[in-house]
Order: sequence, then C-alpha cells, then structure tokens
Amino acid sequence: MADIALPPQDIPVVEGSYLENTGKHKGLAAWLLSTDHKRIGIMYMIMLFSFFSVGVVLGILLRLEMISPGGKLFPPQVYNALFTLHGVIMIFLFVIPGIPVTLGNFFLPLQIGARDVAFPRLNLFSFYLYIIGAAVILTALFVNGLPDTGWTFYVPYSLRTTTGVTIAVFGVFIVGFSSILTGINFLTTIHRLRAPGMTWFKMPLFVWALYATSWVQIIATPVLAITLLLIVISRVFGVGIFNAAAGGDPVLYQHLFWIYSHPAVYIMILPPMGIVSEIIATFTRRTIFGYKAIAMSSLAIAFIGYLVWGHHMFVAGMSQQADMIFSFLTFLVAIPSGIKVFNWVASMYKGSIDPQPPFLFVMAFMVLFSIGGLSGLVLGSLATDVHLTATYFVVAHFHYIIFGGGVFIFFGALHYWLPKMFGRMYDKKIASWDLLVMFIGFNLLYFPMFIMGYEGMPRRYFTYLPQFETMQHISIVGSWILVAGLIVMFVNLIHGSIKGPRVGPNPWGGTTLEWKTASPPTHENFEEEPVVIHEPYYHEEALTR
Amino acid sequence: MEQQTLTEHKGAPTSYGIYVLIWLALMALTAITAVVAGINLAAFTLVIALIIALVKSSLVVNVFMHVKYEDKIFKIFVAIAGGVLSVIFLLTFADVYFRR
Repeated sequence: MADIALPPQDIPVVEGSYLENTGKHKGLAAWLLSTDHKRIGIMYMIMLFSFFSVGVVLGILLRLEMISPGGKLFPPQVYNALFTLHGVIMIFLFVIPGIPVTLGNFFLPLQIGARDVAFPRLNLFSFYLYIIGAAVILTALFVNGLPDTGWTFYVPYSLRTTTGVTIAVFGVFIVGFSSILTGINFLTTIHRLRAPGMTWFKMPLFVWALYATSWVQIIATPVLAITLLLIVISRVFGVGIFNAAAGGDPVLYQHLFWIYSHPAVYIMILPPMGIVSEIIATFTRRTIFGYKAIAMSSLAIAFIGYLVWGHHMFVAGMSQQADMIFSFLTFLVAIPSGIKVFNWVASMYKGSIDPQPPFLFVMAFMVLFSIGGLSGLVLGSLATDVHLTATYFVVAHFHYIIFGGGVFIFFGALHYWLPKMFGRMYDKKIASWDLLVMFIGFNLLYFPMFIMGYEGMPRRYFTYLPQFETMQHISIVGSWILVAGLIVMFVNLIHGSIKGPRVGPNPWGGTTLEWKTASPPTHENFEEEPVVIHEPYYHEEALTR
Repeated sequence: MEQQTLTEHKGAPTSYGIYVLIWLALMALTAITAVVAGINLAAFTLVIALIIALVKSSLVVNVFMHVKYEDKIFKIFVAIAGGVLSVIFLLTFADVYFRR
C-alpha cells in the first residue's frame, strides 16, 4: 500500500494504458471497433447507464402519476405503456446485462491474469447484438405504439393487444443472444485462460460468481428466446400454442417465461454477491471466511434458482401440488443466500475495517438485501402470497432485491474499481454522504410500498383509493431524494474519472490480481504473465501484524 | 496451471455414410412422432413423444455436434444442461398432471 502515501503529483502517468493505446484505428473507431475487453466494458457501461437514466426518468413519471388519485398526469393507456417500457428497459437492457458485461468484461481477465477474454471478436459482436436488440425494442415506440402488457408479456393479452408487442419481443430475443454469447465467452475464459498457479479455489469470488452466472445465461436464456419466438409465431401466424380455445395452454406461457426469468434474477444478483466478497476482503484486510462455502453457494444458488420459477404463478391456475412443491423449493434457495450473508459478516469480525465508500455501499446492500430477501420469504409462502400477489408489496420486494441489492452494489463496485479503470480518484467524502442521501431516498421510495401492498394497493394501477394518498406522497418524495443522490453520484464519478487526483496501482490495498497491474491497466493488462502463489485474499501485512 | 491455448477439437472423423444414416434415422423418428400424435394413446402419447425426442437429441448431440469424441469436461457440461432440462420438464409436468 506504499503508493497510497504518494502525493498525486508524484504518481507516474501510466504509459500505453488501454485509454491511450488505440490500435490500428483512430478516434471514435478506436473504441467502436476495439476488441479490447476493457474498452468493450466501458462502451457497455456508457450504453447501460444511458438506458438506466431513461428508466429512472420513466420511474419518476410513474411515481408522479400517483401525486393524486384519478390519474391526472397520463391517461391509463399511456401509464400502461410507460410501466412496460420502464420494466423492459430496466430488466432487459440494464440489470440483466448489468455487471457481467460491464465490470465483468473489464475485470474478469484482469482478475484471472489473462490478456483478454477467450473470444475477443465474439465479445465485440455480443456488444453489437445488444445494441441492435435495444434499437429494435425502441423501434416499438414508433410502430404501432408502445406495448402495454408489462415487461412479462403475459398471454392472452399480449396476443390480443394491437400495440407493438411483436417488435419489442423480437428485440428482447436478440438481446438474449448477446447474453448467451457473453456467457459462453466468460465460461471459456475462466476454464482456459487462468494464470499459472490459479487453481479453481484460488480464483477471486467475483470470478466464481461470474462463472455461476454464465451457466445460467447459457442454459436459461434459450428458453426465453424460444418463448418469445412462440409469441411472435402466435401473433403473426395465429398458432394456438397459448390459446386455450385452440387447444393451447396460457399457463404454459407463464411456465416458459419464468423458467428463464426467475434464473435471470440470479443473473442479476450473483455478480453483485461476488463483488460484495471482493470489497469486504479488501476493506477488512482479512481473507474471506468460508471462501469455499461462498464459492459453492454461488453454484447452489444458480442450480436451485432453476427450480423455483413456479412461485411467480401461485394464483395463475397451477395445480395445488405444484404450488406446494414450488413453495418448498423457494425456501431452499434461502439456504445458500444465508450462507453468503453469514460468511460475509464473519469475515468482518475482528477485521481492520476501513469504512471507505465501497465498503459503505456493502453495508447499505446488507440492510436492503436483507429486507428484500425476508419479504421474499413472505411471498414464497402460499397463504400470504395469495393475499399479496400483484400488489405494491411485490414491487417493493423486487426493488429491494434488484435495486437495493444488485444496483447498489453495481454503484459500490464503480466506487471500488473506478480508480483502477481510470487511474484517478473521485471525492470520497461526497461519495459517502451521497450514499446516505440515496439510502434515505430509497427507503422512503420503496418501504411505503410494502405497507400499501399489505393494505391491498394493486400494482400497475394508474389510480388509487384516497386512503393511500399519504403513503404515495412519501414514496414520491423519496423518489426525488433518490434521484438527487443518483445525479450527485454520477457527477462525482465522472468528474473523478476525468479530473480526479491520480492514484497508483493499488489505492485500496486489494490483494487480487487486478491490483497488481497499473492504473489504468495497459492494453496487454500485465507486463509479465502473473504467477499465482497465494489464495486470492492473502493480506501479507495482516499476517505480520 | 499452465496457460492453455485453445486447440482444434480432436477425435475420430465421422464418415459421410454415418451422417446420412443418422439423418435418415432422425427423419424416420420424426415420422413416427407425427404418426403417434394421431393415435389416441392417452397419457402414453406424451411419454412416447418424449422418448423419441430424447433419442433424436442424443443422436444430434453425440454425432453431429461431436460430443461423443470430445473431452470428459464437455460431456459433463452437456450432462449438466440435460439434467437441468429434465428437472424443468419434471416440475412443469408436476403442474400439468395434477391440474384440474
């Protein structure tokens, strides 16, 4: 950690960093045609956060509609279209690709000591498939009007509506292929390109998380692809696969959709869990307690995650026997999740905790993810789910898990790895206080939804009963506070990455391989191929203390 | 672990004759599926269709996709994917079979 003590002006500028090394192309083409995993990661990041911004604006508008009962801001049809677009953008264009394509792309090769991913051109192709898919989805804006089905495209309504479901669904289909190719690329990279000495149990836990995620991407995404294609076939050719009148089964659609979309939740949450392990190990100066248990629990979550999709369908007309089986399996998935949380807490015990912004994000994650997880158990129970299904309670639960859990750690990871990516530091004081603002805003925004949902407020309604007005107002104010916090965070990070004080290779005292190369890394990542001797979280100074 | 390079896949070459035979077998099995679908065998219709699908996919995966000649690790990969698919089938049928 000697470099931490150096004043910024004395830290040498890295020659030949990936930001300068443009290869055979110049200007914008040097980015758009680059097969460097780091540049592709940055390009994904720009696109993802652009879509995230659009999704946030839509979310704010959806909340504003609730400023008074009666839907005075938008007519019902527009409200339906807006929550569909909010869901489609946030789920398919932001959270699912999320951490793997951005930070995974950037840091997977660095963490395993490789020069790049196994298939760099396929990586760039995946990026363009993502862009094409996103463009096709947005085309639905201008052709036949926005879909108004919700992001789940449930039949029979999605077969009947005259809005642009076919185009939007086809766009999601294309984005799915991008996800599959990224999964194949990462899986091959982890199997084949690890540095000498890096055995499976010397891999950082973020790599383990990406490994488990890649499996889910490869096995589950084709199910979504074929399901969405069946909708297109049903709409265009009138095939009655999901039409009961033609001998089809509408519940089968929900089965197929959730066979993908529930494991997709683990595509969203497993990578953040991997990052939590990284951050805790660095800022407690300790090795991770129960390393193997955490690694294996990632695989267990990925596997059990395949078996619980039916809990989205308890009131959809499934058999009671299936309801009971899926409820039981849902409770099983809490076990590996619990293993992770207990091991993280045990890792912090007696550690030299340094509460820097990334660590504070992990603390926020622990609180929000626990609330989200425990409310998930309420929904996984058959009796309570019947009461709470399709209410604001579900909206709150989902946002606590995905936003409070996954996206907050995405932000935490940006604070953790930004100095590595750009060789510069943001304002840490602003980052810490801003996290508090976002934490307050988040809870004001979503916690009232638990209460409203419990009291019977249905989701996706453009209006509400007067009794919910106070809670709705608290939630709306929370959304403003949260957005203010988001704006400050992005300004701080962007300013830091361009103008922030320079930092050395290892500003946090991290132990994994990415901290053993320059900040920002060179085009080839490492001057010499690293040789791994120790386990990933080996803190030498902690052992000699 | 040594840095490994991606290698061309190795394995015994498959003759064109075998490919043609497999293709004919796939066509025949497809025809059987279509015929069986037209006969009322009650619950057995689905079972027979699934068994035929299993045989067909095994032929495609092993011969056309060359998994038969690949390293053990790839066979494990395919087995994991197949195992997950089986469980998904089982759980879906747990709904359809008991539904009233």
